[in-house]
Amino acid sequence: MKTYLLRHLQVFFYSLGQLARTPFASLMTIAVIGIALALPSGLYVLIDNIQGVSAGWDGSGKISLFLKQGTGDKGAQRLAKKIRGMATVAAVDYMSPDQALAEFRRLSGFGDALDALSENPLPAVLIVRPTANADNPTNLEQLLNELRQLDQVDLAQLDLAWVKRLYALLQLARRGIWILALLLGLAVVLIMGNTIRLAVLNRRDEIEVIKLVGGTNAFIRRPFLYTGLLQGLAGGLAAWGLVSTVLALLTQPINELASLYASRFSVHALDARATAVLLGAGAVLGWLGSRIAVSRHLHDIEPK
Amino acid sequence: MISFSNVTKRYPGGHEAVKNINFDLAREEMAFLTGHSGAGKSTLLKLITLIERPTRGQAIVNNKNLARLTRRQIPYFRRDVGIVFQDYKLLYDRTAFDNVALPLVVAGVPHREIARRVRAALDKVGLLHKERAYPITLSGGEQQRIGIARAVVNKPPVLLADEPTGNLDEALSDEIMDLFHAFNQVGVTVLIATHDQRQVRRLQKRVLELRQGEMVYDSGTKDI
Ligand SMILES: Nc1ncnc2c1ncn2[C@@H]1O[C@H](COP(=O)(O)OP(=O)(O)OP(=O)(O)O)[C@@H](O)[C@H]1O
Ligand SMILES: [Mg+2]
Repeated sequence: MKTYLLRHLQVFFYSLGQLARTPFASLMTIAVIGIALALPSGLYVLIDNIQGVSAGWDGSGKISLFLKQGTGDKGAQRLAKKIRGMATVAAVDYMSPDQALAEFRRLSGFGDALDALSENPLPAVLIVRPTANADNPTNLEQLLNELRQLDQVDLAQLDLAWVKRLYALLQLARRGIWILALLLGLAVVLIMGNTIRLAVLNRRDEIEVIKLVGGTNAFIRRPFLYTGLLQGLAGGLAAWGLVSTVLALLTQPINELASLYASRFSVHALDARATAVLLGAGAVLGWLGSRIAVSRHLHDIEPK
Repeated sequence: MISFSNVTKRYPGGHEAVKNINFDLAREEMAFLTGHSGAGKSTLLKLITLIERPTRGQAIVNNKNLARLTRRQIPYFRRDVGIVFQDYKLLYDRTAFDNVALPLVVAGVPHREIARRVRAALDKVGLLHKERAYPITLSGGEQQRIGIARAVVNKPPVLLADEPTGNLDEALSDEIMDLFHAFNQVGVTVLIATHDQRQVRRLQKRVLELRQGEMVYDSGTKDI
């Protein structure tokens, strides 16, 4: 067992040495794999961040409750307090009919026309903000129905359309990323396969001699598999570097933009799990590509 | 040790390189395989090492029926058969030491053991001082001797050689044949394909002669 591990360690370092001996070719392969892996993982981070935006977006799932005429200031305040006590509600703002009128005047520019009215036609409004984890279409719909049941509520309104649309879009993007990741993963396998195919053919004579002195296919395969694994791993690392660099470059302008909108939103990089998946995927795909290539060509190379 | 009965090899294209060969080579025996160019000497050796498979007939080497060996078993079988090639088949990007070490490395022999046995083999062929040299910097005779060291380094019970003195001068040829003879005297079964009648006469060993793929002469199990 110990000698087995030792032998693997030797092959590992031998393969590392082989890669170092052809730095240009190795770096080319690593770069191509890096770019192929960076694309889906970069998009993944982007989607993940957008998801964060939509969740933290102030007022994404704002529900407006238009109260019945004659509820009065006191009644409205009492109702606001009651709603504040609900588990899925983060905050409730009260807007009196007078405030509503002032805002309408300011926004609509119909000031003069409004002056002609003898009394304020606008109802009192409660603006309900759900908690962050209730801020998704299903929970919002449920909260909306609860609020509708309340006596003093005349009309409860939620602009779900854009939330739903964003959700659908994100879902679509997610699926798109999986398809893209699958295709680019396949590309990595093919790239690695082609690289290893050339390496195998380049060492044809050596393989023939090894077969003649009693080397097994497993023995011949081993350094190629390590080469594939190492290059894939390095490609994963390159992808990580690419994505992290791009994110670092974007952080500053995005934070500025966010502060303009008084949002607490900030960009997060690849987390530990995503990093592990990225490196693991690189290594496994590299190994797989070389495994396929070596197995295909090893049989053809027989001593003559 | 090597036993052929009615072995025929037909190459793709239809040419029968060896036809209906019968012979037995006993354990610890030494023999020369002679014949004109194209007689089938190399083909016969390739059949023994499973580089080629017989079209017909049965071949038993080292108690193994070659027809029954699977692809997976071939490497382990070959570890017991040392082969010396006319064109040496050395790896030119590795030192003499690494070339000789190859059969031990593929067999998973421990590191320290490898160094000891490689030096012993190089010493036997008189090239211990060249262990760090690359084959390209060695003469033809020296390369041939590296090839011989590689063939015997893991002490195989059978040693085959295809024209091992093909392009060497007489003195060097004598030296190399004496080396094979020495291995034979310590118990290795040796079969050498050669044109070199001078060596055949000099060493007085059993002779098998091929002509147009057929075994036309066998001096018998006794030395001539
Ligand atoms: N791979 C092959 N495919 C087809 N024919 C072959 C092949 N190898 C050898 N032959 C033919 O088989 C015959 C025997 O060849 P072989 O190499 O065994 O002869 P040999 O006795 O070793 O000759 P030499 O002394 O020139 O080395 C020759 O006619 C050769 O052309
Ligand atoms: Mg020949």
